[in-house]
Amino acid sequence: MHPTLQSLLARGPVITDGAWGTQMQSLGLPPGVHPDLWNLLHPDRVHEIAARYVAAGSRVILTNTFRSNRIALSSHGAEKTVQLNTTGVSISKQAAGGKAAVFASIGPSGKMLISGDVSEEELSAAFGEQARALAAAGADALLIETMTDLDEALIALRAAKPTGIPVIVSMVFDSGREKDRTMMGSTPEHVAAALADAGADAIGANCGFGIEDTLPVCARLKKATHLPVWVKPNAGLPAMIDGKIVYSTTPEEFALRAQMLREAGADFIGGCCGTTPDFVRALVASLRTAP
Amino acid sequence: MADLQKLHDAILNGNFKIARDVTQQALDEGADPAVLVHDTMIPAMNEVGRRYEANEYFVPELLIAARAMKASLELIRPLLAARGAEPVARVVIGTVQGDLHDIGKNLVAAMLEGAGFEVVDLGVDVPPEKFAAAVQEKNASMVALSALLTTTMYSMKAVIEKLNSSGLRGKVKVIIGGAPVTQKYADEIGADGYSNNANAAVALARKLLAA
Repeated sequence: MHPTLQSLLARGPVITDGAWGTQMQSLGLPPGVHPDLWNLLHPDRVHEIAARYVAAGSRVILTNTFRSNRIALSSHGAEKTVQLNTTGVSISKQAAGGKAAVFASIGPSGKMLISGDVSEEELSAAFGEQARALAAAGADALLIETMTDLDEALIALRAAKPTGIPVIVSMVFDSGREKDRTMMGSTPEHVAAALADAGADAIGANCGFGIEDTLPVCARLKKATHLPVWVKPNAGLPAMIDGKIVYSTTPEEFALRAQMLREAGADFIGGCCGTTPDFVRALVASLRTAP
Repeated sequence: MADLQKLHDAILNGNFKIARDVTQQALDEGADPAVLVHDTMIPAMNEVGRRYEANEYFVPELLIAARAMKASLELIRPLLAARGAEPVARVVIGTVQGDLHDIGKNLVAAMLEGAGFEVVDLGVDVPPEKFAAAVQEKNASMVALSALLTTTMYSMKAVIEKLNSSGLRGKVKVIIGGAPVTQKYADEIGADGYSNNANAAVALARKLLAA
């Protein structure tokens, strides 16, 4: 295991953070605005979100760089790519203040390899550029997350490995009858073997339908590999109530089920869409009192 | 003689070159284009759909099958049009205003085209006015809306309102989809249907248009 991950995991499972997008909306991010641009426009607000998670007890926080690859930024100003990544890491590091590790977020390109919308070379160049910028800015690890295509995840992983910091790869399992496949149809076993083979330092599952569906996927990832497992489920599915988006799972329910995730072998536990600092607080409380 | 089983299998296995070649051969030999579509190609796409529902096929297989179907249809459409035959129906599709995600929208567009619909793709970040204008201009009978974000799904409602105020709502069916979208949301904003995957979207479109 990479020493950085080993020292974090020395005292058992690590609580990570929750969603950033919904937090940014609560601070005034308008629809249609690229969230990562706030690293330059409103660094104070991005800092505020990171700080909320640190205060809630996150031992790992992410960065506001999910969509800061050249391909996803193409219609917003690709020339800002390096700057957005560098600033994203500095904001999170400052908010962490040494109390939490900073894992830098790398999201998908938003284009599909199989339909020829983007080439392997373009993906590799874009992910390599982002990974180098994040590592140079001092990120403790890289998190390639919310991937729906194993091929794209592998390209990103190979492009990120030369930085020398740990690389975690987390995919979305939300397809097929059992909701246990990626969009492209890969099983947890196949994903685990391919990512381990390509040198991932940890593997995982995030987003998807909710914590119930993540449980079996988590157990299967754990069984298929010796690598640490990273999980960040959604707070259920969003529903529209009185014109407002509400997620179905409460922090308490989430935290209760998180104990099952831990039993299923999760090493890093946090939340994706719909989770908040309250979820992290509930996780900390619940996993602390767990046997 | 052109081997129509080969055409069927080429679509099923997503081999667009074979699909195109066998279609061309069949047409050269005087095959009726409408019969090719109904007796060979559509049954192949139906089998693709069945395999998807049965977890034997996933998105990559859907995409290459739709591409093979499209390659054949490109040879057939001009012949049908020359006879004055109209496409199954015309669908205006797009990702709603404020949202730049196009993977789901492109998948649905490919599957609808594969099923013989004429698809007018307006792209991403499409304002309500543009949907309404396209419906009018293209004489479409269906609008398909996509959104990936909880912050942009509200724009779907704005499109329906725009269709209402333009007096177009009565002539089109509206279907919606995307990660945060649910049947409940479809009901709430008055859409005609919701689908959570590209394959089911085709069945839904057929059902709503009785096509």
